[in-house]
Amino acid sequence: MGRKEDNIKKAKNLMNKLNNIRNIGIAAHIDHGKTTLSDNLLAGCGMMSEELAGKQLVLDYDEQEQARGITINTASASMVHTFEGEEYLINLLDTPGHVDFGGDVTRAMRAVDGCIVVVCAVEGTMPQTETVVRQALREKVKPVLFINKVDRLINELRVTPEEMQQRFIKIISKFNELLNKLAPEEFKNKWNVKVEDGSVAFGSAYYNWAVSVPYMKKTGLGFKEIYEYCNKNDQKTLAKKTPIHEVILDMVVDHLPSPKEAQKYRIRHIWRGDKESELGKSMIECREDGPLALMITKIIMDPHAGEVAVGRVYSGKIERGQEVYVVGMPNVNRVQQVNLMVGADRIPVDYVTAGNIVAATGIRDAIAGSTIADKPDIEPFERIVHISEPVVTVAVEAKNTKDLPKLIEVLRTISKADPSIHVEINQETGENLMSGMGELHLEITEYRIKNDYGIDIVCSEPIVVYRESVAKKSPHPFEGKSPNKHNRFYIEVEPLPENIVKAIYNNEIPQNVKKYKKEATKILQDLGMDKELAKGIFGIQGLNILTDVTKGIQHLFETRELIKEAFEEVMKSGPIANEPCQGILVKLVDAKLHEDAIHRGPAQVIPAVRNAIYGAITISDPILLEPIQKVFISTPQELMGDASRELNQRRAVVKDMKTEGDMVNIEAKAPVADMFGFASAIRSATGGRVLWNTENMGFEPVPKTLQNQVIRQIRERKGLKPEPYPPEYYMD
Amino acid sequence: MSSGELVFVGLGLYDEEDISVKGLSLIRGCDRVFAEFYTSQLVGTNIGRIERLIGKPIEVLSRDEAERGDRVLKSALKDKTVFLTCGDPMIATTHVDLRLRAVEKGIRTRIVHGSSIVTAVPGLLGLQSYKFGRATSLVFPDKNYSPISPYYVVKNNREMGLHTLVFLDIHAEKKRYMTANEGMDILLDMERNVGDGVFDEDSVVCVVARAGSSDPLLRADRICVLREQDFGHPLHTIVVPGRLHFMEAEALVRLAGLPKELAGKLQKL
Repeated sequence: MGRKEDNIKKAKNLMNKLNNIRNIGIAAHIDHGKTTLSDNLLAGCGMMSEELAGKQLVLDYDEQEQARGITINTASASMVHTFEGEEYLINLLDTPGHVDFGGDVTRAMRAVDGCIVVVCAVEGTMPQTETVVRQALREKVKPVLFINKVDRLINELRVTPEEMQQRFIKIISKFNELLNKLAPEEFKNKWNVKVEDGSVAFGSAYYNWAVSVPYMKKTGLGFKEIYEYCNKNDQKTLAKKTPIHEVILDMVVDHLPSPKEAQKYRIRHIWRGDKESELGKSMIECREDGPLALMITKIIMDPHAGEVAVGRVYSGKIERGQEVYVVGMPNVNRVQQVNLMVGADRIPVDYVTAGNIVAATGIRDAIAGSTIADKPDIEPFERIVHISEPVVTVAVEAKNTKDLPKLIEVLRTISKADPSIHVEINQETGENLMSGMGELHLEITEYRIKNDYGIDIVCSEPIVVYRESVAKKSPHPFEGKSPNKHNRFYIEVEPLPENIVKAIYNNEIPQNVKKYKKEATKILQDLGMDKELAKGIFGIQGLNILTDVTKGIQHLFETRELIKEAFEEVMKSGPIANEPCQGILVKLVDAKLHEDAIHRGPAQVIPAVRNAIYGAITISDPILLEPIQKVFISTPQELMGDASRELNQRRAVVKDMKTEGDMVNIEAKAPVADMFGFASAIRSATGGRVLWNTENMGFEPVPKTLQNQVIRQIRERKGLKPEPYPPEYYMD
Repeated sequence: MSSGELVFVGLGLYDEEDISVKGLSLIRGCDRVFAEFYTSQLVGTNIGRIERLIGKPIEVLSRDEAERGDRVLKSALKDKTVFLTCGDPMIATTHVDLRLRAVEKGIRTRIVHGSSIVTAVPGLLGLQSYKFGRATSLVFPDKNYSPISPYYVVKNNREMGLHTLVFLDIHAEKKRYMTANEGMDILLDMERNVGDGVFDEDSVVCVVARAGSSDPLLRADRICVLREQDFGHPLHTIVVPGRLHFMEAEALVRLAGLPKELAGKLQKL
């Protein structure tokens, strides 16, 4: 039996020893060495050949990923590690580092309890480090720190041992500062990492070695020895004496929580159901004899097995052949295969129990984010918060019209596997829109459609996704009439305060306000919303709120769902440019209804409310918001001018500029619309000698001077008349 | 005043022969004829037959066009225009908004009444129009719209001893007409949801099918009995009786087959 097979056997046995399991992720700024670390951990545990590790990038199993050298998909892998004489099962989820794939990171965080944050010793903590730490802490995932590329510090930058120490201290204190800023209240100051207790490790993922204080005590190898070995160019010996997987996995076992520990405090955060119920208790205690509760975090497309649903079992166990429900879907799904994941391999098992990561086939209705249970109606897990949302769209067309039906099917499949891709299919025009996190994200998806699915397609130039909002409160209520003129609705809108928008964004307000009205009302009041407004809340759509401040209007309650439907429709497509609305508070202030139920049905109420909301937005200083990116550029001094020139042409604002050695680090922000083609432009302007990356940072108003022109462009592109309608249009 | 005119003509209840002689002669003398059939339909006829009778084409309006009204108003500004509707133009589905907008534009308006379900149903059953409370409609339940208010209309009427005329939903464009049986099921569903004790299987209701035709069907009995019966082609209407006058009781027994012992009980409510 090979070592890999031996490990698979051990993994199966460890699956239900809850204290001996760790579910972890690895997160980092792009290029800080995350995938290399993952591979070396796997290799060290005998899951792949040691020679290949660090070179082959097993977790980057998508061909595209290997070609571009970046990780796109979250793959998962289980491995076995021995610590202080006991064996542990470590389930590792690899997450992508490029900002365009933020959606995958957030989903992976839901399934793990702990996380290794990799920071490059040369660059230090970078903006994306902050993003991934925020993602982890938001899901109450405990971090430990690995400072990577220490060899480069010694061999390339030639720092002295003292300078090296200084750098480490700086990185660690910056990291702890971040933790304390972002950690949930209960863990503030408790999750700090410390060199002494081994929650920080140092090393080189590429050369396969690492050290930590506890491990130094075992081996007697300290920083001084490390420095010498590196200087002698003998890192091979280091890798033998203090191998990375031993050090890192010791750290994981010792400092990151087991599912049993973690579910005690995480369930509260990710599930709103009754904690005293059988299911609630079973999840908090992580019991395998309780009811099944599984959250799907990813759908992988396998050419042979079809859709494979990967997720975390929180309670009970999932078995081969079992009948399960996807909450919110009517049909029973029958589980076909149940697997543990090892790199790109799936190892079939009879069942997987609470606290583990499973890859299952046969759960046809599942998408990333689905809750799977053995009953149809359990409370689902909280929606996974996406830190990044799609900001760029392309129109996709099949070169051959006969491929159209196949293309539609493929687009649906893709959006199911990667929910950060939004697909809009228009059967009538045949124009299909695909939205993603950035230019690169869409280019890769395009490549996949062509190569993996073999459909020849043409994509339009990328288009920016905008948002509509209002700058002021409506001067008066806007009246919307029903088509039969027997019903009238009066609506006012106003900008939602920033802190409330943020709270919705961070999923702090329950989405199902019908069911959790009291809770939602209280949160809104605590955030400073007027009591009457907060009490009237009856809809949230995107980052917008609908509230009812009317009193005692007969029959109004019968039309509530219709009012909500109209609200949702308008918020998905606003009056100015048919783009989604954001940050709007919609108030129903009055309504006059026909006596008879037939004359105030959907065909009357929906258009009346829709017009009232459209009109109210139109009279409240409507504004267009555009997506903004942070741009980080690291350029040699002599190319500063060229880099700045590239930025200046793109409406960029430079926020910060720091000189480090002979390099200059520029931090700027720029509209996504103007950043298209930046990759090739800056490459040709600087001969490829400039390092850069971007990060989405939400939406900001389009400058007033440009707004009308942009609106006109969007409307013309969508085949609308060039000017938005005036308020009068919505009066009749 | 504009040179045109807008005349609302009621077509009455069932087929093309229900129209009044006055209505017919006005149509024959007018310039243009519009009609809307989305709220109700003359089940016993079709547009071709009406056109043959009046001797000119009818411009049938979609729901949207009828509600916007601009086509009709534009015509009525200079031409003598007739707007045809089922029943009586201003009753069950009221077109008063269109009339008001015509008045605002200085267009002369007139109404030629037709027979209406509102009077036909009480008339057929022998119930006295003085004793009806608010009327109500049952709607085909929808994902986001299944109103419960009709239940309270019946409840309030009953508390005052009044009858309730219950209209049943029509989706004319889909040729879907709610049957009395579906209506009774909805009433019982509402009872299950509200539970104020207005209905049970033994409650008496009256059913009228095809009012205005030569063979209208009338039934009065307990819901458990009527639910099993087939009332034939549309349209159907339900009446929930209140306290019966002795003359009303006799009419329901003789005309609608109400069992005598039930008629006795209903007089003492």
